[in-house]
Amino acid sequence: MNRSKFDFAVGLFVAIGLLAMAFMALKVGNLAGFDSGSGYALEARFDNIGGLKVRAPVKSAGVVVGRVESIGLDSETYEAVVRLRIASNYRFSKDTIASILTSGLLGEQYVGLESGGDPVYLAGGDRLGKTQSAMILEKLISQFLFSKAAETPAKSQ
Amino acid sequence: MIARVFNFIHDLGHSITSRIDRLGLAARFAGLLLLALGVSIRRASLIIREVYFSGVRSLSIISVSGLFVGMVLAVQGYEVLQRYGSAESLGVIVALSLVRELGPVVTALLFAGRASSAVTAEIGLMRATEQLAAMDMMAVDPLSRVIAPRFLAAIFSMPILAAIFSVAGVFGAWIVGVQLIGIDDGAFWSQMQANVDVRIDVLNGLLKSIVFGTAVGLISVFEGYFAAPTAEGIASATTRTVVISSLSVLLLDLVLTVMMFRGLS
Repeated sequence: MNRSKFDFAVGLFVAIGLLAMAFMALKVGNLAGFDSGSGYALEARFDNIGGLKVRAPVKSAGVVVGRVESIGLDSETYEAVVRLRIASNYRFSKDTIASILTSGLLGEQYVGLESGGDPVYLAGGDRLGKTQSAMILEKLISQFLFSKAAETPAKSQ
Repeated sequence: MIARVFNFIHDLGHSITSRIDRLGLAARFAGLLLLALGVSIRRASLIIREVYFSGVRSLSIISVSGLFVGMVLAVQGYEVLQRYGSAESLGVIVALSLVRELGPVVTALLFAGRASSAVTAEIGLMRATEQLAAMDMMAVDPLSRVIAPRFLAAIFSMPILAAIFSVAGVFGAWIVGVQLIGIDDGAFWSQMQANVDVRIDVLNGLLKSIVFGTAVGLISVFEGYFAAPTAEGIASATTRTVVISSLSVLLLDLVLTVMMFRGLS
């Protein structure tokens, strides 16, 4: 086999390899979609974030508009500090409510944004004023039990 | 009795020191090889020839294995997932296991068996027939003429082969999952795209395969270069290449996986 045939075979090999990598980036992964480096950051503080994880989606009306960038704890107020990275083509008003929701009954947790009516929009680095914590199943059950327990003596009379 | 214990301890010590000795030899050899890379990298035609023999000729085994591994993953994954009513997640499971783990690792294992063993035998035979010594006599450095191109070819071919393996696997899973079992086509791809991160999953997988290529390439040329110049010596060197390559790929995979993916979730 002469040299140009080697060159051709290797060239074809590299081309197939590059195609495979492009396929992985575009079709298997999602390079064209939301990129974690771009967009602007928002900060939301929650009393309890439940099982929220870094890279969890941020959705508004069910549409993914960003991702959770980092999660920390403010050691002064003992609130969870969640940094959200929102794609730059979405804008939200100043009085947007952030809540932690669950997709499906046992699905992953995500941050839901509900825009309000304020004409001023949130800019990068702003803090979301109104937040709603995750629903903790144990707390819900204990609340239910306590309210049941409070009802029972009234009924027995 | 005491003599036997003494002998045992003696043998134990000898086996350990000889292994450390060989590790030191490999490290010095790697250093010399690194110096020879500069000269070798300018002679692309030699590297291209080796990429042809190691990489291009492995294409068929890699793509066919990838296809079958993907198909098996789809069958097994579906069997478990449908118990929990989430058969649509099949695409995610298959893609993540291929891109993160199976693609780089199985490719490296197949490459060690298919290409590296041949490289070891070739260099070992060159050593046995004194071709390497003849080159030395002609003031041609065998390290940069023979060894370095084969080493570089392994590093270069491995990520390409791993990418092809993963894509063939995803395609195999698509055939079984979507065409044969009947999972929804849109859900298969959209769940996959939503959960496979290009940087964390795809790039880390390729990085893994580059590390494996370096390790497998180094082991194959080292074993060939220092093979005993006999038929038996070449045979045992070839065996050692496959065994040591496979073990080090699996060990490196553990280390790399812990480094890359532990901090997540």
